[in-house]
Amino acid sequence: MAQTETELSRRPHIPLRNSRIRQRMNGLTYHAMLLPGMIMLFIFSIVPMFGAVMAFQRFIPAKGISRSPWVGLDNFTYMFQLPDSQQIFINTMVIAVGKIVLGLIVPIVFALLLHEVRLKMFKSTVQTIVYLPHFMSWVVLGTMLTMIFSYDGMVNNLLELLGLERIMFLASNTWFRPLLILTDTWKEFGYGTIIYLAALTAINPALYESAALDGANRWKQMLHITLPGIFPTIVLLGTLSLGNVLNAGFDQVFNMYNPLVYETGDIIDTFVYRMGLINMQYSFATAIGLMKSVISFVLIIISYKLASKYAGYRIF
Amino acid sequence: MVQSQTLTSRLVNILITALLIIIAFMSLAPMLNTISISISSSTAVNAGRVNFLPIDINFSSYEKILNDTKFWNSFVISVERVVLGGAINMLLTILMAYPLSRSVGQFKSRNIYMWVIIFTMLFSGGIVPWYMVISELKLINTIWALVLPGAVPVFNVILLMNFFKGIPKELEEAAFMDGAGPLTILVRIFLPVSLPSLATITLFVIVGHWNNFFDGIVLINDNNKIPLQTYLQQLSLTRDQMQNLTVEQLQQYNKISNTTLNSAKILVSMIPIMLIYPFLQRYLIHGIVLGSVKE
Repeated sequence: MAQTETELSRRPHIPLRNSRIRQRMNGLTYHAMLLPGMIMLFIFSIVPMFGAVMAFQRFIPAKGISRSPWVGLDNFTYMFQLPDSQQIFINTMVIAVGKIVLGLIVPIVFALLLHEVRLKMFKSTVQTIVYLPHFMSWVVLGTMLTMIFSYDGMVNNLLELLGLERIMFLASNTWFRPLLILTDTWKEFGYGTIIYLAALTAINPALYESAALDGANRWKQMLHITLPGIFPTIVLLGTLSLGNVLNAGFDQVFNMYNPLVYETGDIIDTFVYRMGLINMQYSFATAIGLMKSVISFVLIIISYKLASKYAGYRIF
Repeated sequence: MVQSQTLTSRLVNILITALLIIIAFMSLAPMLNTISISISSSTAVNAGRVNFLPIDINFSSYEKILNDTKFWNSFVISVERVVLGGAINMLLTILMAYPLSRSVGQFKSRNIYMWVIIFTMLFSGGIVPWYMVISELKLINTIWALVLPGAVPVFNVILLMNFFKGIPKELEEAAFMDGAGPLTILVRIFLPVSLPSLATITLFVIVGHWNNFFDGIVLINDNNKIPLQTYLQQLSLTRDQMQNLTVEQLQQYNKISNTTLNSAKILVSMIPIMLIYPFLQRYLIHGIVLGSVKE
């Protein structure tokens, strides 16, 4: 009896009888549960990865991948020679980095402000409102923002009221990038606070009480308790955002740009879409897309390595 | 001393409250402007006179929408897509998250699956091969093209898996001792305690399907089969048509396009999200577990 008990505590998940058979049975069930999803991923994610070999071909739809001629790195050399594609890489990185930086700072400041509010009702109402734009599509927001920033839209009405000149925001190569970065930050900052607010709930309230007893004012409490409380989260999100350096946001740009601002607003994803699916330069578009995928992949791996080294983070 | 501190503290409170109200107002500003435009007269809108308050209030745009068969046709397709695609997404997410939440000791191949799944999330073959696969499978112009390619929302699988991992082991041990299999444990024990995570994922899945416009553009060529967001996207000039416009022509175009009607349309398209959003958003903070940080 005593022996049974020690064995039980040593292997708490496995009952004594038939444990091996049972584990194997469970294993089979696990495989079966994963099967439908894995089939879908195989067809719609993994097969297209093999299809990406057309980046090294001059792909002709009638011949298919198997019989289209191979051209080695020609598509890539062409890409590096084309001035357009250099501009597109620059646009992508400028827009993406702008979004990363603002998208990191604004939610932190906002979460700190929200944390100072004692009134629960007010706090949750503000949260509900600021999360909202995150759940709206870029089609809807693109239409709304195009109206607001148009030449006779609300923002220009305000500028005129302040005695300033009207600006063609959506047709100006000076204004289009800042517009993309600011409107994206506007859409996402509220939602971005969620992860900080989750971290803030983990701070022990006793810390604030004892700090108050020691005479620390609210500013000092924020600096020495609240900020250190979310600091690991800040480091983590900062590191992980490295993987987004080439993600300038297809949906937003696609719904807000027009040919007048291609020079500053055209990004890799929109260019690949137009080249591949509108102009039917299949191989060239795939080559650019593949280039982006590979660079992003490497960046993400680096960022995860950094995150696991400095923040002890594991995604699984 | 104490007196002055409470006074400054009160001032700070007022300042913060005012700031938050301004920010919240800014989050709603585009919507308020759009609402005003949708119920103002076209003349006032085209003259650029409508800001937050409507001018010459009328609801003719909404009356027009009621009789717009194309709009409602696309609306129904979007609803179908949300129901069908959402059900598939939820089923596959739950089925995949559970085995992946087991330890390697319990499920030997777990990490191999995990690497494959993460890899599909981080790397993509690109839009052209993706399109060709869907086209080869003869899915173009069917509702399945909108539903099957995104059948596994990998990010949601990871969210739910991480939530499952946080469930105390003691909960399932008793059931396991009684001889319950994985499916029973999943349905009887894991799902009931995972409400915050399931609510969050449901919100993501519904919003994801409802808001997607891109696959409707690429995978559906028949205008009678496009989902609502694609329909709305195509209300604005196509990029090809815009290619040769000058600044003046673009301004002219903005004038003649039916701004009031389009505003009403995008507002109506937001209604389903606005209906479910308040119920599901409060689970967000507890439902999102992005990963773990070692203690």
